[in-house]
Amino acid sequence: MKSLILSTCTRMLMPLILILSVFVFWRGHNEPGGGFIGGLLAATAFALVEKAEGLEAAKRALRFRPQSIAAFGLGCALVSGVWGGLQYGYFLKGVWPFITIDAEGNKHGLPFGSIFLFDLGVYFVVLGTVCGILFALEDVVSREADVEED
Amino acid sequence: MLLFWALVIPFGTAVLALLAWRSLEMQRGISLIGALALLVLTVRIAIRVATEGPFAEQAGGWPAPYGITLVADGLSAVMVLLTGLVAVAVLIFSFADVTEGEKHYGFYPLTHALLAGICGAFLTGDIFNMYVWFEVMLIASFGLLVVGGGKAQLDGAIKYVGLNLIATVAFIAGVGLLYGATGALNMADLHGRLMGRGAETPILASAAVLIFAFGSKAALFPVFFWLPASYHTPTFSTSALFAALLTKVGVYALIRVFTLVYDIDGTPIAALLLGTAVLTMAVGALGALSQGSIRRVLGYSIVSSIGYMILGLAVATPLAVTGALFYLFQDVLVKANLFLGAGATKRLAGSEEFGKAGGIWRVRPWFSLLFLIPALSLAGVPPFSGFWAKLLLARATIEIGSAGLTFMVLAVGFLTLFAMARIWAAVFWSAHPEGDGAITERLPAAMLVPLLALTGAIVYIGIDAGPMVAGAAAIATGLIDPQAYVAAVLGGAE
Amino acid sequence: MELLLAILAGSLVAAGSYLMMSGKTLPYLFGLTMISNAANLIIFASGRLTFGKPPLVPEHDKTIADVSNALPQALILTAIVIGFGLLVFALTLSYRSYYVLKTIEMDDMREAEPIAEGNS
Repeated sequence: MKSLILSTCTRMLMPLILILSVFVFWRGHNEPGGGFIGGLLAATAFALVEKAEGLEAAKRALRFRPQSIAAFGLGCALVSGVWGGLQYGYFLKGVWPFITIDAEGNKHGLPFGSIFLFDLGVYFVVLGTVCGILFALEDVVSREADVEED
Repeated sequence: MLLFWALVIPFGTAVLALLAWRSLEMQRGISLIGALALLVLTVRIAIRVATEGPFAEQAGGWPAPYGITLVADGLSAVMVLLTGLVAVAVLIFSFADVTEGEKHYGFYPLTHALLAGICGAFLTGDIFNMYVWFEVMLIASFGLLVVGGGKAQLDGAIKYVGLNLIATVAFIAGVGLLYGATGALNMADLHGRLMGRGAETPILASAAVLIFAFGSKAALFPVFFWLPASYHTPTFSTSALFAALLTKVGVYALIRVFTLVYDIDGTPIAALLLGTAVLTMAVGALGALSQGSIRRVLGYSIVSSIGYMILGLAVATPLAVTGALFYLFQDVLVKANLFLGAGATKRLAGSEEFGKAGGIWRVRPWFSLLFLIPALSLAGVPPFSGFWAKLLLARATIEIGSAGLTFMVLAVGFLTLFAMARIWAAVFWSAHPEGDGAITERLPAAMLVPLLALTGAIVYIGIDAGPMVAGAAAIATGLIDPQAYVAAVLGGAE
Repeated sequence: MELLLAILAGSLVAAGSYLMMSGKTLPYLFGLTMISNAANLIIFASGRLTFGKPPLVPEHDKTIADVSNALPQALILTAIVIGFGLLVFALTLSYRSYYVLKTIEMDDMREAEPIAEGNS
């Protein structure tokens, strides 16, 4: 049951949602937002593709297996934890390699470091997990549909 | 950083195993290396605790009680050490057991995620963080239960998931109540804040909810039904891992929280724990007698062993706690050995059902010993490790002058012996229904090596029990008077 | 206000328990969701309710007297995320089991523990 309206809209909406998800992820650095919500938004983009074009198209759009994406995210989070551990001796301690603090205690530089990496990890874990579960569910549904048709 | 590696290594191994999704050989190699690294690390943690006493580490450098603390004291150190040992044994066994390529791709990543959750739960010093580790374990165990995806597995998983989710909700509600009453979540901090407040209603209410939560995880009397419904359905490696470690985490949480956080002396909590412990022992032992396959009998005997440990906790004299700890430690090895032995038995006889297996004693007498020794140890027959555990508990009950409890300890031990004798008679002694010639297969080394190692450990603990009991007694002293633990967390922030 | 939250949590638990006792997998999960929301409310209430005060203040702002407790909110967020993950898994599992076992009645699920078995 493919709908022309849905698949046309999806083609326009999907990039928008993905950009929004990156924006929300980026905003979460200092304001409400962040990896979890960003990852969920990105997952909705692929869910939309899955609804409009079918499971195979969604898998192609995602390119990597959901498990690998989740594993990559978990790896990012672990690396960010170990990074702080190796640098300062405290696991998960924030490391800001591009920030310097002057005599008055003001901070200068690029706020980019292990915490960003951790959030990126969350983004990918959420994206991978949600897509993985969604695809698995859809797989059962489509197999069931096959059985009923027989 | 030493303690945090106990989380990083299993998680990292899980990540690598996930990335090596399509190749079972690579997953196996990565898993074994990861498990060995974990074992080496846990040995180092244990050595440090043995030489320097309890020590703590803070996540992100936030000082306790504000940040998340990982603490290793005697109990935690021994439990993670046993986790490392069982992990290596189970993973080696899985090389021969988890073989159906495509169906079993999820096994290794999930196993290591489970190990990470178990290590986290053993090491954390923060009660909310313990909740998080319980969830990590729970999600991984859900996955492991359905890996392979047979009908019985789905059926068992539904019951396991349903009942464990209630326990999860109870855990979080109990933590919420406790936080509302005290304003703290760090367990060492809670210890100080609850001093002398043990009889207040909000405290008792949170304790009751937490007993329900941990009791469900540990399979205590009224809430144990998920265990015998699900533990016999997945692969044998998974069963062994669950039986050896997963329920023990519930027991660990009960011991930790009801020695460190709550002061249970003279409150209704002690009576509640004692009552459920005795009923758990009895129901588990009787349930084991009514079952007709190896793992289902063993599932019920897990329940009855849990009862023994909680009995020691509830009696709460130093000797009783020593007995509970010694029971807990040796039971990890015994249960792993028995469940892996059940897997090897099925490989030989083609089934683990009582009517469909047999003849192993005549065809493979040496292997039969590898099952007989842990079975006798479970029943408490000297000179194996389980005997000393039951002896300590029996002495503790005599010491407080409760003849009824002593009787229960001995009677349930006897019933367990009877249950083990039923397995022995049906699967090992009686003739195989298709004639003993039906047993032709030789056990692969991947099955024999872990069984030999575990059985060896049980025999060794049984013969050289003195130092082990002394160690358990020292740990028990540290639990009853947790000054060193509290000082390690709050005083000497690294 | 605390009383109102307590009543709400109690009603959620009551409704949830009723659903869970239906003996079917799906209502069971819905009931469980209600109870886990009640648990979240308990944490929220245990952090003490405050009106119109921010949980977070900017770095150099010194108005510490007027903040609300941020910890319960963080705890609830964690609990919600975990609860969400568990619920999704449980729903997937119950769908799978309906597909394989052809029933959502708990009483009819006897694959793992067959009734006829007994003392053999």
